[in-house]
Amino acid sequence: MASWGEASESRLIGKRIPRLSGKDKVTGKAKYTFDINKPGMLYGRILRSEIARANVVDLDLSEAEAMPGVKAVLPLIEVGRQIRYQGQEIAAVAAETDDIARDAIRRIRVDLEELPHVVTEEDAMRENAPQIRDDWVGNQSEPNVREEGDINAGFEQAAVEVEATYHTPVQTHVCLETHGHVAEWEDDENLTVWASTQGVFGVRNDLAGHFNLPANQVRVITEHMGGGFGSKFGPGVEGRTAANLARATGRPVKLMLTRKAEHLVAGNRPSMTQHVRAGATSDGRIIAYDMKGYGTGGISSGAGFQAPYVYHVPNRRAERRNVAVNVGNQRAMRAPGHPQGAFAMDSLMDELAEELGMNPLEFRRINDPSEIRQAQYTVGAQEIGWHRRNSVPGSGTGVKKRGMGVGSGQWGGGGGRGTQARVTINADGTVEAVTGTQDIGTGIRTAIAIIVAEELGLNTTDITVKVGDSAPGLPSGGSGGSQTTPSVAPVIKTAAAAAKQKLFERVAPQLGAPVEDLRVGNRTIYVVSDRTKTIKWELATGQLGMDSISEGGNWDEELRQGGVAGTQFAEVEVDTETGAIRVIKIVAVQDCGLAINRLTTESQINGGVIMGLGQALLEERFMDNLTGRMLNANLEDYKVPGTFEIPEIKSIVFDTHRKVTGVGEPPCIPTPGAIANAVYNAIGVRIRSLPITPDKILTALAEKKA
Amino acid sequence: MEKFSYINATSLEQVTTLLSDSQWGDTMLIAGGTDLLAELKEYIETPKTLINLKTLPGMDGIKADASGLTIGALTTVADIARHPTIQHHYTVLAQAAGSIATPQIRNVGTLGGNLCQRPRCWYYRDEATSCLKKGGDICFAVDGLSKYHAILGGDPVYIVHPSDLAPALIALGASVKIVGPEGEKMMPLEDFFTLPAANPFRENVLQSNEIVVEVQVPPAKPNTKSFYLKAREKGAPDFALASVAAVFEMNAKTCVSASIVLGGVAPAPWRSKEAEAALTGKMIDDTVSRQAGADAVKDAQPLNDNAYKVTLTQNLVSRAAMMAVN
Repeated sequence: MASWGEASESRLIGKRIPRLSGKDKVTGKAKYTFDINKPGMLYGRILRSEIARANVVDLDLSEAEAMPGVKAVLPLIEVGRQIRYQGQEIAAVAAETDDIARDAIRRIRVDLEELPHVVTEEDAMRENAPQIRDDWVGNQSEPNVREEGDINAGFEQAAVEVEATYHTPVQTHVCLETHGHVAEWEDDENLTVWASTQGVFGVRNDLAGHFNLPANQVRVITEHMGGGFGSKFGPGVEGRTAANLARATGRPVKLMLTRKAEHLVAGNRPSMTQHVRAGATSDGRIIAYDMKGYGTGGISSGAGFQAPYVYHVPNRRAERRNVAVNVGNQRAMRAPGHPQGAFAMDSLMDELAEELGMNPLEFRRINDPSEIRQAQYTVGAQEIGWHRRNSVPGSGTGVKKRGMGVGSGQWGGGGGRGTQARVTINADGTVEAVTGTQDIGTGIRTAIAIIVAEELGLNTTDITVKVGDSAPGLPSGGSGGSQTTPSVAPVIKTAAAAAKQKLFERVAPQLGAPVEDLRVGNRTIYVVSDRTKTIKWELATGQLGMDSISEGGNWDEELRQGGVAGTQFAEVEVDTETGAIRVIKIVAVQDCGLAINRLTTESQINGGVIMGLGQALLEERFMDNLTGRMLNANLEDYKVPGTFEIPEIKSIVFDTHRKVTGVGEPPCIPTPGAIANAVYNAIGVRIRSLPITPDKILTALAEKKA
Repeated sequence: MEKFSYINATSLEQVTTLLSDSQWGDTMLIAGGTDLLAELKEYIETPKTLINLKTLPGMDGIKADASGLTIGALTTVADIARHPTIQHHYTVLAQAAGSIATPQIRNVGTLGGNLCQRPRCWYYRDEATSCLKKGGDICFAVDGLSKYHAILGGDPVYIVHPSDLAPALIALGASVKIVGPEGEKMMPLEDFFTLPAANPFRENVLQSNEIVVEVQVPPAKPNTKSFYLKAREKGAPDFALASVAAVFEMNAKTCVSASIVLGGVAPAPWRSKEAEAALTGKMIDDTVSRQAGADAVKDAQPLNDNAYKVTLTQNLVSRAAMMAVN
């Protein structure tokens, strides 16, 4: 049975190894799509609607087309069609410079007949609201109802009840590198695209379909990319437009989204509003749960969230609806549906515990079916110093009050089939590992080098890893769902093992030993039963001549496992006069299986915590009913965490087994709930709506006082 | 941005002549450009000509002596923040300067630009929205989203003045030197800023052909304590939800005189004579400081989303007063 071996036998796997591309990124040598410049390249820009809902009455491109330096103008919407959200594409321009392109889109004349819009859930659900979807009534989908057990019987057994409404607003992804592409046609039938994407093969297949080309005539390259978080799986309108402009002009075209467009059309995390009533028995069991909720994913659907979450509730009913608004569509965002659900559930857990007069951690221990999280509670509580917590919320003295809270999460991350890879050993002893995955910042490039180096007894710097290119024809899936490492690692491992086997077969006769007795380590192949029989790595490979070894691998399911649990503890300090919240420390205990690279695993956890902190305290999309526009489509009023917001983060890699599991998403899930509960523990007033900003703190404290 | 011509200034006379020969907004002045460039890129302003002031000799630098402080309009925010005399004797000013934006912006943003910067209001900054400040019919903050808007002096435009230096300088009793075609004039910085009721389109009295060249601050009195308290949602960069510039002349725990100027809550830096009166001549304690806070906001008229600013401002004023005796 395939295995990763024992920890004691691992020389590289599970150690803390700096990412191989780190130096290139720090020095600027690493080229992102934004950095790609081709000879003769044109710049693309897209004219977008500032009106949320309108009929397109007329579209006149002639003035833009006549501008010097403008090489192509393409319509992106037909006259007679309807604009359904701010930012929707109207037309695109390719020009000699970005400045000309920017000027040119302002010379496109579009005549819009404005229609009544709805851009907030409340506005969409009011009586007499404009109906923006023909297929829904009242701008709402049919409810999705899930029921288990008997909630009425459950509530009869309940000793305490809590009824509350929890809300999380729409968040946007805020990829530091905005969505974008550089497209270049070699001839009419061969297209190369540099894409800022989470899926080079997905972009390849989409563009091949769009242009009706054989897939192998489209090449997609993503050497480095600056963040996707679930929003970058296909070329989108902008990617197809870049390729269309390049085809129309016969020149390479770069088209990157503006920051504003990034907020408007490149995806977002849907909102959640849930009204929940729940009951618990006197001995601390949640016994009944009744939830009605909704969210918006923009003009489309997709606003699901987990409810209830993580904890066992025998009698439950959950009813969810999508609300349509005239706003750009949602896309998957780091653990879709989970952080929203976790914030509501962990807030509810604390409210129930308080009604029962129980310590919220003890209440969780009673209701949490996960053995792993049960163990994590102990580890995390000790690390944060849970005993220091206010036993009575808000009981601290002074203006600045401290508190602690806990939150939980779960995720899959088991990977899947579909990755092909090749490990090549060359006669000069060099080794290449090639696969069509992409490194979206998570460190898979380094992980591949670690696995191959471990298998072949070499160092990571001896391995050349080639990812982010469809040309070698070794497909891999998109990097989403925390699936990359568990999908890729088993294939790389088995490919490296197969290559090693071939090399052993080659040198076994010389060593006078059967292949099974050969081992490799420290750049030397040796016979395990007689260590005097050795051959240096380069001498062994030197015999390959022109016959370099090149082997593929297979996705051995024994090498990976899905399903992770996590818990986080937060300590915060709230200034009761200004409403300012300072997160002092987050302890993140993250179940993760075998961490191929402990350093980048910790980085993933740190990043998840920071993103969760942003959701908890800062991030909110403001939609204006009056104008139909997003008021903070920038990074001034859409606030993401900066250096001053980052607390001490204690990332605990809780590796419970030696099979590979992805952890890209789960570390962002428990953070908002843990912070919200810590804020309550600090000030004794509960904020049930994210983000927890000073205005909400001050308003809630004033209401408590009154 | 729209195309414009770019002129390096050679003398103040040349600058005021060029401005006099032009309509409002057609010729604009650029120094650090940290605000103006964003306005150009967003098409909020579309000047035909930009005059680069950085080529003017002698307009930057800080002079600190017995007659007080003289700060040239081209002095960077960073230079103000790190000046030892300002840090020790005009603490409120150093703290205000240090709270602004990011190191990169402080290194290029200037005193003159900071005083003359335009509002951050999200309706004003949206090219597609024609609001009252830009010649439209209504201030959208009244019925729209007003979390970051004014609670004092708003009618009919509810922007807040974003400057951190202005409240600090007004609290220190600073004057501003303005040069126009008729020569130079001095005025109290407090009088430089105007409210929308007087002029909804501008935030100060500067005429289209005038330029701010210098700020003078009177000598710091002995036994003075001063503070700049700035509440914001994010450590940096972030504009104030509310700020308080406070200068106290103290005799032990008794406040001989107080100067309290609020930022981030009104369309102009807002001098709170009420808070000053509540403190002057009093032994500052918890009760007195709370009264000063309450008096500072007693005329506040919050919009839909910004009532929290009343509490916040009140608390900041009280906190500043208590800092004078702690």
